[in-house]
Amino acid sequence: MNIYADNAATTRMSRAAIDAMLPYLETEYGNPSSLHGVGQRAKEALEAARADIAAVINCTPKEIFFTSGGSESDNQAIMTAAERGRRAGKMHIVSDKIEHHAVLETLKKLKKQGFEITLLPVGQNGIVDASDVEKALRDDTCLCTVMYANNEIGTVQPVERIGAICRERGVIFHTDAVQAVGHIPVDVQACGADMLSASAHKFHGPKGVGFLYVKRGIKPERLIEGGSQERGCRAGTENVAGVVSMAAALKESAAHMKENGERLTVLRDRLIKGLSAIPHSALNGDAVKRLPSNVNFCFEGIEGESLLLLLDDKGVCASSGSACTSGSLDPSHVLLAIGRVHDVAHGSLRLTLGEDADEAQIDYIIGATAEVVSYLRGFSPVWRDLCAGKKQFIL
Amino acid sequence: MALYSEKVMDHFRNPRNVGVIEDADGVGEVGNAKCGDIMKMYLKIDDDTITDVKFETFGCGSAIASSSMATELIKGQPVSDALKLTNKAVAEALDGLPDYKMHCSVLAEEAIKNALDDYYSKNPDKRKE
Repeated sequence: MNIYADNAATTRMSRAAIDAMLPYLETEYGNPSSLHGVGQRAKEALEAARADIAAVINCTPKEIFFTSGGSESDNQAIMTAAERGRRAGKMHIVSDKIEHHAVLETLKKLKKQGFEITLLPVGQNGIVDASDVEKALRDDTCLCTVMYANNEIGTVQPVERIGAICRERGVIFHTDAVQAVGHIPVDVQACGADMLSASAHKFHGPKGVGFLYVKRGIKPERLIEGGSQERGCRAGTENVAGVVSMAAALKESAAHMKENGERLTVLRDRLIKGLSAIPHSALNGDAVKRLPSNVNFCFEGIEGESLLLLLDDKGVCASSGSACTSGSLDPSHVLLAIGRVHDVAHGSLRLTLGEDADEAQIDYIIGATAEVVSYLRGFSPVWRDLCAGKKQFIL
Repeated sequence: MALYSEKVMDHFRNPRNVGVIEDADGVGEVGNAKCGDIMKMYLKIDDDTITDVKFETFGCGSAIASSSMATELIKGQPVSDALKLTNKAVAEALDGLPDYKMHCSVLAEEAIKNALDDYYSKNPDKRKE
């Protein structure tokens, strides 16, 4: 059996998304800035895509800016608020410890430039406490950036409450909604976001394209200098085929979101139940307030990369937050933030289901994981020490 | 290109000399769970020759493969040769490791030396200077 369970990393493009982009590669290849027919048709397609995307997240087309993806959107959103803050003498930013690196690294850069950054902790359930946000906001806070849903453990943050708090305090609120858009209902009015980042390839669109919602009245800071595309806020000839494809993918995801969400939630909970039966394992992140597709576990006594490689041999594509898979010495900052100690965080497994998942696949994943975990524990000196009572079980 | 060489994958999928020697003459353990790698080596030594070797490893694919290869390289060999085993030799025998995984081969070398130290500490008369 071959099961792709790494949909938080990227998704397979939908047929609709592929079909939508082909004309803009083959015949309608014009530059939207050109005045001739083929250019103007490309421009029309670009604007139609903008309107389609705006309709899905409940904003006006002029509030949508196309980018190269989630990382660029996050960067642009943060730099936009930071530059406004710098001009106004407000150099404080509030965020949290489980943000994506696209946010954390941008904040790190700003810290070097003199900004003060408050990174809020999260509870053991992987959720930011909105009242912590309220307490952290100051008169000189220029931005609060909290993700909509976490990419590793899938926890959905209380963005509506945080948005309301920020609005009341007059602080710009940005949310990295890369994992949420196309999967759970995202309405920029309801969540009170001033800026919101999204990426096409997370919802069955192509890689290399995304968008940034920026509320009217805020002018996005240019990160790329050049022509006057995207109303002067993002230079460079537009990725017309990618944008058109992204809009098609999003429309399709939105149309099936409710039924897919309900079905995936049932499958997710079946998977959580099955993996919980493996001794000394634990679910990471809140069991309920999480994306319908996300399951993330720690298994004591084993290391995540070897688990992934053996699951791959069994046809299951997954991911892990172990140090060995991140290329650094530390395991995932998200797992550490929810209180998993290093020893346990190394043995993590993330499974993110696709819409084509079914019960047979879930049961296969459970069986394969149980088998591999047991095999690896069979020659793990850590497991031996745990079983011999030389070390205390944590999970 | 794949993450690992075929040799690494072979030793990872079918590790040689896995297990424990209850009456080992030398036992070595290196690494720590915090960093994500622990290797434990068990040696049986007779007449200055490593007659049997087993390992247990908590770690990534290259850590398991490095342990496996290291045991193969010293099994049946004189202790004096095992003492000369380098991490480079382990990595080369595996047709190379990615740069950021070289520390796995270092752990394998250290685990064997650690086990030999244990053997010598129990058998001080065997140590040849």
